[in-house]
Amino acid sequence: MARVGTTPGDKRRAFGLVGPATFWLIAFFLLPLVFVAVASFMSRGSGGAPVMPVTLDQYSRTFTVFGPVIWRSLQVAAITTAISLLLGYPLAFFISRRRDPRVRLLLLFLVLLPFWTNFLVRTYALITIMQRDGLLNSLLERLGFIVEPLQMLFTSGAVIIGLVYGYLPFMVLPIYASVERLDMRYVEAANDLGANDVRAFWKVILPLTLPGVIAGCILVFIPAIGAFVTPDLMGGTRGLMIGNLIQSQFGGRGNIPLGSAISMVLLVVVFIGVLIYTRWGQEEQS
Amino acid sequence: MNRSGRLRRDLALRRVSKVALWVNPFIVYLFLWIPIVVLVVFSFNDGASVSVWNGFTTVWYENIINNSITAGSESARFQTGLLLLAVRNSLIVAGVATLLSTIIGTMLALALARGRFFGRKTLDALFYLPVVIPDITQGVALAVFFNLAFDAVQRLIGVRLVPGFATIIIAHIAFNISYVMIVVRARLATMDPSLEEAGRDLGANYQQTFWRITFPILLPGVLAGSLLAFTLSLDDFVITFFNAGVGTTTLPLFVYGMLKQRVPPEINAISTLMIAASIVLIGLSLLLQRRGANS
Repeated sequence: MARVGTTPGDKRRAFGLVGPATFWLIAFFLLPLVFVAVASFMSRGSGGAPVMPVTLDQYSRTFTVFGPVIWRSLQVAAITTAISLLLGYPLAFFISRRRDPRVRLLLLFLVLLPFWTNFLVRTYALITIMQRDGLLNSLLERLGFIVEPLQMLFTSGAVIIGLVYGYLPFMVLPIYASVERLDMRYVEAANDLGANDVRAFWKVILPLTLPGVIAGCILVFIPAIGAFVTPDLMGGTRGLMIGNLIQSQFGGRGNIPLGSAISMVLLVVVFIGVLIYTRWGQEEQS
Repeated sequence: MNRSGRLRRDLALRRVSKVALWVNPFIVYLFLWIPIVVLVVFSFNDGASVSVWNGFTTVWYENIINNSITAGSESARFQTGLLLLAVRNSLIVAGVATLLSTIIGTMLALALARGRFFGRKTLDALFYLPVVIPDITQGVALAVFFNLAFDAVQRLIGVRLVPGFATIIIAHIAFNISYVMIVVRARLATMDPSLEEAGRDLGANYQQTFWRITFPILLPGVLAGSLLAFTLSLDDFVITFFNAGVGTTTLPLFVYGMLKQRVPPEINAISTLMIAASIVLIGLSLLLQRRGANS
């Protein structure tokens, strides 16, 4: 089957191969999303079900009542992305500059391993450190920095730490791939021509690794803006995010049209991210 | 500033950035690993505290094995049974979802990589959607969809279907297909097409070429894809949360319930066991990939 699609038989075969997957995608992914899109323009019936008439009320409520939460979610996701970049870029650079490939592999593995353990378990691990009677508070107390345990959990700050903890590898991997491809002779040339390291970084290294940076930022931002577990377990009422709003509208006393409208707003934000990723986040294939 | 002054400043700068480039990874690795190490260490702590060390014990692990989580409380005692049930449910869901999504996803990868048919590019792009769209959106959309579908079924035949294994497995397959496709296609991309052409030239038909040449070469990619699907399926909380029914609590749902309600001291031991299980899974997948790279 060197050339599928060259004979009628091959064409049928190709359709047979994509058939099951396409059915699954349409029936259990695209169709449900279409339902959500339709429901977002409907009114709330008994039990929160979507009913006629068609209305834009859900969207106006989304932006008025929940506007602040959406805005804060955007901020939390943006700060998470920025911190991940500040932590992830030097780390990716450091790893890719190790000479021994086994050391590089080990260092990458040490970034990825926590990532492979269950997300809830990782979040719980962080909670045990940060809670009122946790290790961090008792350490600070014993060192005399504080007299009273700090309330670290159930704040936006806790959510940001949780999200950075959860999604940092998404930042490290694409930047690592970019830096590894970087030809260090360009940097040497810049140095030879009189640029110091700071200048060489801004003028040579960063522009050449920018696709990896953009890819990493989008790959962190997208799951962060749609997060549910982290704000639910670490944020409390003060750290509420879009994901929690959506979840609460689909529960027992919810409002499915309203939840659908909030979901559509989230989808639009994600699609903007995807557009940026496909436009600027991928390296030219060479 | 004169030249030597500038040089001195630039060299100082280089030293500072060198130090910073060592300090940053150090801090990040501590940040990533301390919570996990603390969790594992305190799973052996004698006492329920997660900040004060009271001596070594394996009592929490024994409690899990002896079916008596947190002695004294009747409601807690049957939790080991529920835990094992959740593990069983997770394995059923992940097993079935992995098997089906590996088959469907591999077929898809073959068609997208080799096929030349109308709408291939569009289809290709569409299959990346389940990877990027937030799981909360996928979860609630499917829940709404199943609810409507069950309403329709009830009106037609008068039987009320309820969410359960079927809905969870359908949901997991929906996102797993894309991941399997991506992994298998990466393997297909590195494959030498002349091998298949040689097979065809020597008179093998489509089936023979596929099973004797393509599939054996593809197998490491297929296995890696299925392991990824299995891990994602075992790990998924959000989509399962919205599509599970009574009696189909998976392990992540069980852990979430414990974190939300009352945290038993055994949770550190349970978490440690889960971490150990995921390390075994990664070890397996790395082994497979190394085999794949050698062949």
